[in-house]
Amino acid sequence: MRVILALAVLVLGSTGGEIAITHGMKATGEPARLRPRALLQFLGRAVQNGWFWTGVPLMALSFYSLLVLLSWEPISLVIPASALSYVVGTLGAKYILGEQVSPARWAGVVLVCAGVALVAAG
Amino acid sequence: MASERRLRIKTLVMVLAMVVCANAGDLMLKRGMSQIGAVQLTASGLAEAFRLTVTNGTIWVGIFFLTGFMLSYMTVLSWADYSYVMPAGAFGYALLTLLAVVFLHESVSPRRWVGVVLICVGVLLVGQTKPRTTAVASEAVA
Repeated sequence: MRVILALAVLVLGSTGGEIAITHGMKATGEPARLRPRALLQFLGRAVQNGWFWTGVPLMALSFYSLLVLLSWEPISLVIPASALSYVVGTLGAKYILGEQVSPARWAGVVLVCAGVALVAAG
Repeated sequence: MASERRLRIKTLVMVLAMVVCANAGDLMLKRGMSQIGAVQLTASGLAEAFRLTVTNGTIWVGIFFLTGFMLSYMTVLSWADYSYVMPAGAFGYALLTLLAVVFLHESVSPRRWVGVVLICVGVLLVGQTKPRTTAVASEAVA
């Protein structure tokens, strides 16, 4: 039970955090140029966005949950299970961020999820 | 369309930068921490580990790469879909396996090879879709 709970915190924390950061970055807008000066100005704008600072603690919580899980279960179980993040993240992208997830993209995400689980299981 | 093509190319370049920085960063941290050795989970052990960590050059190279990862991740998400970048980034797992075989001569189980193939096919599928399906709030102009 506690493993499932920690896994839920791990998956929802990382996807929730990344979705919040994506939302913040879309509000920031893309950098004018990919040059150091323009990138610094872009970063300055990004860290003033509240969504960015919503995402960071969620990702930190997820990382803490990963450490806790690794102290209970072997890594060959924890990392494959966390591959679920790819599917959960895509659902979040579709329903929270309003991205269009075509059938081809869904197929790709499911293959990647299965592939990461297999690679991590060793 | 020229702009569509440009978007695709700069997205791929950024995803590649993400993958290279994340892998190089993890590798350097791992190498640095193994130079330091197992950390004792006591107050004095942690303090000593902290001192060794911040004075270790390899650790700083790792932090440099991981900062590069975060920067390229944030940058690419300012224009591309999360549901495009996230699965595409999984290419790193496949790349890591290939590097382990070529440079470290590690043996890889058939199960892991199946995983690598699934990841590559999945990333190719996602890569064919449009990198951006939502509007960007403000097109920054310098």
